[in-house]
Amino acid sequence: MADHSSIHGVVADFDSPDTLLDAVRAARAKGYTKMEAYTPFPIHGIDEAMGAKQSILGYIVLCGSATGLITAVLLQWWTGAIVYPLVISGKPLFAFEFAFPIMFELTVLLSAFAAVFGMLGLNGLPRLNHPIFNYSGVAGSSDDRFLLVIEASDKKFDANETKDFLASLGAEKLEVVEA
Amino acid sequence: MADLAFDPKAVEQLSPPLVTGQPSLHDVTEAVSIHTEIETHRNWYIALAISGSVTLLLGAMLAYLIATGIGVWGNNNPVGWGWDITNFVFWIGIGHAGTLISAILFLFRQKWRTSINRFAEAMTLFAVACAGIYPLVHVGRPWRAYWLFPIPNADLAMWQNFRSPLLWDVFAVSTYATVSAMFWYVGLIPDIAIIRDRAKTKLRHTIYGIASLGWRGSATHWKNYEKAYMILAGLSTPLVLSVHTIVSFDFAVSIIPGWHTTIFPPYFVAGAIFSGFAMVITLMVIARWVFGVEHLVTMTHLENMNKVILATGTIVGYAYATEFFIAWYSGNEYERFTFINRAMGPYAWAYWTMVSCNVISPQFFWFKKLRTSIPFMFVLSIFVNIGMWFERFVIIATSLHRDYLPSSWGYFRPTIVDILTFFGTFGLFITLFVFFTRFLPIIAVSEVKGMMIQTEHEKHYLPATTSGSTEPVKAH
Repeated sequence: MADHSSIHGVVADFDSPDTLLDAVRAARAKGYTKMEAYTPFPIHGIDEAMGAKQSILGYIVLCGSATGLITAVLLQWWTGAIVYPLVISGKPLFAFEFAFPIMFELTVLLSAFAAVFGMLGLNGLPRLNHPIFNYSGVAGSSDDRFLLVIEASDKKFDANETKDFLASLGAEKLEVVEA
Repeated sequence: MADLAFDPKAVEQLSPPLVTGQPSLHDVTEAVSIHTEIETHRNWYIALAISGSVTLLLGAMLAYLIATGIGVWGNNNPVGWGWDITNFVFWIGIGHAGTLISAILFLFRQKWRTSINRFAEAMTLFAVACAGIYPLVHVGRPWRAYWLFPIPNADLAMWQNFRSPLLWDVFAVSTYATVSAMFWYVGLIPDIAIIRDRAKTKLRHTIYGIASLGWRGSATHWKNYEKAYMILAGLSTPLVLSVHTIVSFDFAVSIIPGWHTTIFPPYFVAGAIFSGFAMVITLMVIARWVFGVEHLVTMTHLENMNKVILATGTIVGYAYATEFFIAWYSGNEYERFTFINRAMGPYAWAYWTMVSCNVISPQFFWFKKLRTSIPFMFVLSIFVNIGMWFERFVIIATSLHRDYLPSSWGYFRPTIVDILTFFGTFGLFITLFVFFTRFLPIIAVSEVKGMMIQTEHEKHYLPATTSGSTEPVKAH
């Protein structure tokens, strides 16, 4: 295997989501595992085609929800019944009935934080640069082009061979991208 | 039934096109991004000058209020809540349509939401910004406003009263503002990346590059992004219902006749959606024309929104009737007095303005001709906005101005400061829109593209003979 440390991978540029999906399936069938697609909008079925696992974001959000809920209960109970007990309108110092609105709001708030920052974290964002931006036609991937990159870290990767393979799948443009 | 489903004309009639003129994906990018890239039009500066001046007026009024005291408003005893709380509820209610469109319609897979959700979410955010001003300055000493939050501090050697609905409101509104802002920004990230990729100058590329957080639209990105979007929609749906519910608790948990009623939460939520959709119509009719996106925000979108206005307006009318029925049926003389006074007392003019605008006017939308007429819907949406403002005013002023003791009866009259402050919030609202429409994509580009491709795929499931009438979406 040649040294590919200066290469990020080979980019194949397709003109429709369907040809991209076919290409992903073909690359998987060929034995490639390290690939990534860049598209202007989410393509349904591409995760299955690439063999990607489901997002774990839901579990992160669940932790956020639990934190919010517990914080709200402890906050209202501790301030109202322990450190600053004050009888107002004969109401109990703590009760779940009046605590509920804030329990709900804090649960939603911390879940939303977990969802947004969890998503950014899983995606490695914010990030200043990435090798894919070295591809000359990268701007198309947010417009109407559908890119497939087979990365140099793939065991089967070979710049020329991979390029020929991708050309056979109907890519309209091919480019080896620097890391 | 089968004939109906497979007849292309019938299908077209049942679900009219959401994007007309069959643009390609690139055309959509172009149509939505171009207004951020062309040289600033003279009219933009004119719009900014006008709305900016009105915003400055708001600033001046607030400065005067804070420097002098709440006495510069018309609030008095017994009407301790005047235009400030009316305007707060008015603005926060307007925001609700944006969240409804972005979250609830998303969960219901209503594809027609994609062209209008960005704009409606921006409206939510700006309306909440206007709403937030009022309770903040209404506290009298806004520099102490942090006392509303449970922040341990030396000045205030005590803790908040969590049994008070006013504190619930602090949490509800601040959560709503935060979550709406995050939802909006998450939706914007891929679209800001589009503008970054189209940037011609280094500076533009850098600014939009930072704003897009380095988004690159990889399959991994989209996978986590779609999950986050779905979760945010799922969180925002109960959140939006809870916000106006808790706002209504500010009233319903008190023992004032006319406020102390269990109908308030659903009635407030329906009213909020009603007023919010009316505001979306008012703004969208102007924006789609100014920015030339009539093919993306089609008559279908407008008509659907008008149907929502009709439905929620009818719910609101039904709630008014129920309130009157219960006032009579409860046998409570204070309750009965309040409602008779509402319709026939000193504020009868406000009450009947509200009824005409909110109950009678939306009924015109039963007629297809009227709900698909741009001038008619524009005028009607303004009527609804006026009516919903009066609803909050009527609830607050009529219930407060007649206390239990006739010796403490009074009447609320706004001062010039009240009026100019309210006028000023419109300036802030419009100014934020003027900036938004200049620098950010006003339509969720990637969502519209995904919707176009998805619709195209659905057509493939119809028998081959029927799908021939429309050409597939071209990539370029």
